[in-house]
Amino acid sequence: MFRNQYDTDVTTFSPQGRLHQIEYAQEAVKQGSAVVGVRNKNYAVLATLKRTTSDLASTQKKLFRIDDHVGMAIAGLTADARLLSKYMRTECLNYKYVYECAMPLSRLVLRVADKHQIATQRVSKRPFGVGLLIIGYDQQGPHLYETSPSGEYWEYRAMSIGARAQSARTYLEKLFETLDSCSLDQLCRHAILALRETVTALKDIDLSTKNCALAIVGKDMDFTVYEDEDILPYLDVIQTVRSQEMDGNTMYPKYFY
Amino acid sequence: MELHISSSATKAENFSSAQLFVDPTRHTTAPLVTGGSVVGIKCSDGVVIAADTLASYGSLARFQNFSRLMKVTDSCMLGGGGEVSDFQEIQRLLENLITKDFCFNDEHIQTPRSVHQYLGRVLYAQRSRLNPLWNSLLVGGYAASQSFLGVVDLYGTTFESEVLATGFGVLLGLPLLRKAYRPDLSINEGIKIVEDVFRVLFYRDARSINRIQVATATSAGVTISEPYSLETKWDFEGFVNPRSTYDESTW
Repeated sequence: MFRNQYDTDVTTFSPQGRLHQIEYAQEAVKQGSAVVGVRNKNYAVLATLKRTTSDLASTQKKLFRIDDHVGMAIAGLTADARLLSKYMRTECLNYKYVYECAMPLSRLVLRVADKHQIATQRVSKRPFGVGLLIIGYDQQGPHLYETSPSGEYWEYRAMSIGARAQSARTYLEKLFETLDSCSLDQLCRHAILALRETVTALKDIDLSTKNCALAIVGKDMDFTVYEDEDILPYLDVIQTVRSQEMDGNTMYPKYFY
Repeated sequence: MELHISSSATKAENFSSAQLFVDPTRHTTAPLVTGGSVVGIKCSDGVVIAADTLASYGSLARFQNFSRLMKVTDSCMLGGGGEVSDFQEIQRLLENLITKDFCFNDEHIQTPRSVHQYLGRVLYAQRSRLNPLWNSLLVGGYAASQSFLGVVDLYGTTFESEVLATGFGVLLGLPLLRKAYRPDLSINEGIKIVEDVFRVLFYRDARSINRIQVATATSAGVTISEPYSLETKWDFEGFVNPRSTYDESTW
């Protein structure tokens, strides 16, 4: 994508009918480190790769708890994500105050998407430079949603956004139909392995307690984040896969363990 | 209850601009057309709510076939006493709420608990502006295989219980409801209990009539019956042959 004369303003269309500023904002999402979301009949899981600016710094926060039943992972501008999470938390709180009930995910995501859209139709604003993977559990069951700087939103059974997310999506595309029958443990393992796909191309990085965080929400489970030591049990699956790879064991595809 | 129009309301000087700036905006100070008691009981397979069909104008039994029960959704029903115009406003608010749900076109429908909480918040907000919706409401419903029964009053106070009532129903009905309540009641037993309560209310509440409606919420949905009259007994010995005209305690 190269610069052209219709990309200064988000309120200017190009002759092809595109709003380039929104597409550039979507590029910002691709700069963020990868996050993966998966869902089965009763649970939804997020796996995130935490990046550090330097060894001296702590890792960038990728998972946000919005309410007991909703949480999200972000890719892109963290400051924009913080603003959105504050908005979502207020909406959930107000809904619970009036209706004594957890806010339905579809309505929450609709409001967030509308907020994104406003920023794409004002001269005085810029689009939000962050993509969200929102997971939650409501009356209709578990959900996984993706939002984009364009104001669009989609519901998924499995999705990944951020840097090298295409590798994770390829892994998930092969097995998303089996997810509904997975147990929670299997679901978490799929999320971890999908996330791992985004770093296998890089020789010196693998998922560890230092750079990986997991979040689960579901039928009998409030949104819970697992990181540092807590995530160790979920990373065990990587050992199994790694030893299979080292044995040159190609009889078993990587996604069966 | 007095219903008089103050003579100052028609005097010319009360409409001068100076007067308008001095007098503050007035809000509801007393209800005019009122509904009476509402009574409800939870059963093992649903909820029963009942109300008589009278809207009183003070001591005048003005509207004798007025429905004080409303079907909110297939799983939720509402019974209201107090100021009728405010009850109609509440009906309008709830209809708008359900229409909004319909327009979202997702599978989410307000549960009886949500409706109860919503009404509590609306009534509390109004009372906090010193402009109350002068009502006592009973919200009942059956959703996700669970019965729900709650009450909201004009202050915005909310309660949830197995047996509830408003107005005279609290004084005369609740003791009867509490005695009769069992966790394994069927809907038909619940209706019988509630009919007995309204019989007592008709005997003793001077602002009631002998014509009630019953609403039930079960797994089959919400149904509101047609109004019907209760059988009452007036041939007590004390009524028929009072021993003395001066002795009021014969009955």
